Amino acid sequence: MAAPAVKQDATEARIAGLTLPDGAGWATDARNDALSRLREMGLPNRRDEYWRYTDPTSLTQATAPRAAIFDDRDEAPVFGEIDKLKIIFVDGVFDAKRSDPLELAGLEIERLSDAMATDIHWAKDLYGQREKAGQNPVARPLAALNTAFADDGIVIRATGKAEKPVCFIYLHRDETSDAILHHLVKVEPGAEMTLLEVGPAAARFNKCMEIDVADTGAFHHVRAQGRDHERRAATHIFARVGSESLYKSFTLTANGVMTRNEHVIEIVGNDASAHVAGAALGDGANAPFHHDDTVFITHDAVNCESRQVFKKVLRNGAEGVFQGKILVKEGAQKTDGYQISQSLLLDDDSTFQAKPELEIYADDVACSHGSTTGAIDETALFYLRSRGVPTDIATDLLVLAFLAEAIEEIDSEALRDDIVARLMHWLERRRQG
Amino acid sequence: MLEIKGLAVKLEEEDKQILKGVDLSVEAGSVHAIMGPNGSGKSTLSYVLSGRDGYEVTDGTATLEGEDLLEMDVEERAAAGLFLAFQYPVEIPGVGNMTFLRTALNAQRKARGEEEISAGDFLKLIRAKAKDLKIDAEMLKRPVNVGFSGGEKKRNEILQMAMLEPKMCILDETDSGLDVDAMKLVSDGVNALRDEGRAFLVITHYQRLLDHIQPDVVHIMADGRIVKSGGPDLALEVEKNGYTDILTEVA
Repeated sequence: MAAPAVKQDATEARIAGLTLPDGAGWATDARNDALSRLREMGLPNRRDEYWRYTDPTSLTQATAPRAAIFDDRDEAPVFGEIDKLKIIFVDGVFDAKRSDPLELAGLEIERLSDAMATDIHWAKDLYGQREKAGQNPVARPLAALNTAFADDGIVIRATGKAEKPVCFIYLHRDETSDAILHHLVKVEPGAEMTLLEVGPAAARFNKCMEIDVADTGAFHHVRAQGRDHERRAATHIFARVGSESLYKSFTLTANGVMTRNEHVIEIVGNDASAHVAGAALGDGANAPFHHDDTVFITHDAVNCESRQVFKKVLRNGAEGVFQGKILVKEGAQKTDGYQISQSLLLDDDSTFQAKPELEIYADDVACSHGSTTGAIDETALFYLRSRGVPTDIATDLLVLAFLAEAIEEIDSEALRDDIVARLMHWLERRRQG
Repeated sequence: MLEIKGLAVKLEEEDKQILKGVDLSVEAGSVHAIMGPNGSGKSTLSYVLSGRDGYEVTDGTATLEGEDLLEMDVEERAAAGLFLAFQYPVEIPGVGNMTFLRTALNAQRKARGEEEISAGDFLKLIRAKAKDLKIDAEMLKRPVNVGFSGGEKKRNEILQMAMLEPKMCILDETDSGLDVDAMKLVSDGVNALRDEGRAFLVITHYQRLLDHIQPDVVHIMADGRIVKSGGPDLALEVEKNGYTDILTEVA
């Protein structure tokens, strides 16, 4: 079924300004396929059920709205203390000079365009494939657009245990930049790696990451989205998780006028574990804040566990959205699915909308989900203040406490400490205006 | 130290007068006890002094070393030297006990224009004080009061008191929920803090606690007023005869 005319027009307007990268080699088919799928679906608009709580206009319009660049010179950088392989992008373009050499024991790292120029490459079986599979049952047109037009990105194959994390650093230097990046990660059996991502990337950022974790592989992902108040981002992660493998992803978001983070995970092997977590802090005082976490986890194997832990702290008219689904397919017995989405509203102006969904076709499963919205615990606040802690610091302590369950999802203590330290610093900076 | 004159307090939400003119003067270096039947206003007095929401002062004054307590924010009262040991210490999941205490101590120091304590000095100090109260290192690392037994919570209150070194300590039914051994530990902790420059106001139902923390003055509170004051013997009289005799006598 083709998209309605109004959608077709909007879609054509968006892609008119884009060109299919040439010299794409084997990727040409994947790109053309994605483009025709995109035209079929049309870019989303407000009337789409899946975009009911988030207005996609600024993510789909032809040009990126301007976004001022956030001055973070007086701040310690996220992951600053972590030993890592740095891969730097400036406004969505890989910067080889500023990046570390793409070499790390246990990993094969290449630029996407180089992989595409190689006739026979493992990336061929991944590029656009997870994304395509993830379009069903819910359409994700911005991801199809990404597959069609992304002209930069990194592909990583983990063949052993990587000794340190790989870190994508996304710098934003141009107030009108509009970046589309596509990354691939393939974790081979028994291999293990950690991928870090940090930074706003561009005024508008469309990022797609396809991840394949083979049997007994382990993939850890920790991301901190940039603090530029006016930046916009639509990100998609499509992951396929094999038996006895581990998949863990955590995202920290502070600021951002528009963020839509989609996570699509398919658990296809038995005894696997997939966790997705997020902590978002939104303050609408400087610029509007809208943050949407949309998660879809499919259990298609026996004795697997999944967790979705999302926490949002909202103030001054900030808006939070959570759409989370656990789908347990027929035969996916002994599934243990957990989902929690919570918001802490620090005033009456902020809003949180949650749509938790469970769809279960197996009879021997344990799935739970919960969603809460609340204010600061006045009793706890009084207790802290009665010991001399000023109200604003006491509030921040309770904010950190509220976020703790999500942050605990990060396995590495060093990364966890880094995230907490940055959070404390940001809260302090906000306190001091 | 603490001067309360004609303090009258009603509930903010409803038209209910709880304190009806409390007069109380606690001198530095002394321990005063307040006893009284349920609903007499003992706990309300401690909440109003510490600045808890939900109460409206309709008349009277309360000063700490001459400073108007009722005009201060909750945290200012703490920095000025007031400490309330809660009847029901609050559990705060996600906030570590150590982080909490160090933040509190440094905030108070900062408010008084003093130097902040270094992480190393803080650690030394808290380890020593915790040891006296038989609080192990594991408990210090846990979130504030989470998973603590009733006795552990009360010991944690006393540890906070020992760390913050307040001038005026109010203990609100600190004996409730304590077994004999825990009561002894808590009392020893309090007694160790007795000092010429520090005063205590011990609110309790029972004389038992006062065997351990011996008061200089005992007050009986009933229906929002202090109806009788006397020496330690007054507490023994209550223990023996209950409140009825005293209340009849002063009616």
